[in-house]
Amino acid sequence: MKKIAKTKLVELWRQLASETGLYLPIASDGVVNFARWQEGAEVDLEALNTLLPAKKFFFPQTETVLKYSFSDDLVLEDCAGKAGEALCLFGARPCEVASFSMLDRVFLGEPVDEAYRRRRELTTVIALGCNDPDETCFCGSFDIDPGKAPGADVLATDTGDELVLVAQSAKGEELLSLLNGVLEEATSGDENKVKDAQEKAKAKLPPAPPAGGLMEKLDGMFEDSYWDLLYQRCIACGTCTYICPTCHCFDIQEYPTGSRGERIRCWDSCMYADFTQMAGGHNPRPTQKERVRQRFMHKLNYFPRQHGEYACVGCGRCVRKCPVNLDILEVIKDLGGAV
Amino acid sequence: MGCQNPLFPRVVVVEEIRRETPDVKTFRVVAPDGGELFDYKPGQCAMLSLFPVGEALFSITSSPTRRGFLEFSIKETGMVTRALHEIEAGTKLGLRGPYGNSFPTELLKGKDLLFIGGGIALAPLRSLINYCLDNRDDYGRVDIIYGARSSKDLVQKVELFENWPRVRDTHVHLTVDVKSDDWDGNVGFVPAFLEQLNPSPEGKVTITCGPPIMIKFVLESLARMGYQPENIITTLEMKMKCGVGKCGRCNIGDKYVCKDGPVFSLAELQQMPNEF
Repeated sequence: MKKIAKTKLVELWRQLASETGLYLPIASDGVVNFARWQEGAEVDLEALNTLLPAKKFFFPQTETVLKYSFSDDLVLEDCAGKAGEALCLFGARPCEVASFSMLDRVFLGEPVDEAYRRRRELTTVIALGCNDPDETCFCGSFDIDPGKAPGADVLATDTGDELVLVAQSAKGEELLSLLNGVLEEATSGDENKVKDAQEKAKAKLPPAPPAGGLMEKLDGMFEDSYWDLLYQRCIACGTCTYICPTCHCFDIQEYPTGSRGERIRCWDSCMYADFTQMAGGHNPRPTQKERVRQRFMHKLNYFPRQHGEYACVGCGRCVRKCPVNLDILEVIKDLGGAV
Repeated sequence: MGCQNPLFPRVVVVEEIRRETPDVKTFRVVAPDGGELFDYKPGQCAMLSLFPVGEALFSITSSPTRRGFLEFSIKETGMVTRALHEIEAGTKLGLRGPYGNSFPTELLKGKDLLFIGGGIALAPLRSLINYCLDNRDDYGRVDIIYGARSSKDLVQKVELFENWPRVRDTHVHLTVDVKSDDWDGNVGFVPAFLEQLNPSPEGKVTITCGPPIMIKFVLESLARMGYQPENIITTLEMKMKCGVGKCGRCNIGDKYVCKDGPVFSLAELQQMPNEF
């Protein structure tokens, strides 16, 4: 267990950045997003969730799957083997870290997505426990502890004037050993401060209904009249899906230029009509009702049926950003019963 | 599979293109250096890429009992299929697969088989029909009921009229929606023709592929005729991009059609949300 005074964090980042690509929550143009650290960057470790989820480091918003040229002969070049760079993701919140395990189930399940696997392996995650959850936070619904991030390589906890760092994997040990020069040994007093911060954070979480049992309840609700009402205010903007840390749906498109081109993969959204619109004209999800139903059923019934865990981490991004207040927490309450 | 990009295709060559109907062509593809492309089972699908237009999923219409090539019967429908209809033999395509489950060839052994197809959807059935006919002793009586909009829209005419009827205990029953001068066979929709032929469900498994409206009425007819849901097998079709259960658009409930399908029994479909 190590620690560092918060006033010395710039030294830590400087050293980290000399070893690897370093990405932190950085404020720019009024929003906080994970961005590459450089001297003078406005790092914001108080912000809870970045605007865009950190999934972009493993599953980029747009990436090249392959390149091709077809002037004389068709030649294909696989781009997955070169995907990613060694980087450290500093300050991912526990809900964010929990989302990585859901993405892993999709992209590391057979057949393994090589580009994703490379990026995931090349990344060291330093999680930052939440001391002060927001009113839109409901990670507790999914048994995520706001002070803990078991899937991270290192867990950092803000104990007031210091950050206490605990390695949770071999990769995390290795990273901390690189930083010996700037880190101090933590004491049992620091350990107690960490526990204290974690307990307080958990107590501060707004009450939220446990999701347990929701999957079973939704089994028989596909035809329920609940969906007839719920979808009506959805304007199909797709914001909820793009800012969701667990949404993994993607599109594949061609970008030709002359006799060469690239095939790219980009985030897609089940909120859009053409997501399922087939070439012959048939659309199995013809109205926004079916699309809204798909989103909630996927997160709360289909995904847990496939993978054994809900595809929601309670980060609250969609709750805060939905322009029509279509609130997944309300849906969970409506469908799951009493708090 | 391990460390490979599952979205990366291999290059194949179109060896031969056969025109089936005014809007259907069959493409035979081979490896550029000869040899086998991959092992597959009847009912499986593959992704074909035409650069720089795009990629789409097609059922493999050839049978794995015929080695050295793959065949795809493709109807001109959207952007990729329209462009495919423009190419000539010798064109190089991208191929990845095979994807999906397959027809339960082992389960069908010893049974009488009733194939019911409509239009371009003979494509997936043809793979299984030729597989069963190439292993003729493993299967009982074979009936093939097939219909199209008109006589000129029947695909695989050589097999329908010449090859299949000559195989022992194999019976081909054809119908068209619209009468024409060159047609002296049955006129009428597939479901009505099926009820008219009224094949007994005794010892029989039926495999049906066709447009959704045909499937709907065929299933109703089969139920009236006493076929049990577990003895009715069909295939589903959804828009697909990845083919490997990751891009998230071809699900029906918690099943991905690209991975868990496209072949389902009616008994399985009855357990799934009605979104197809």
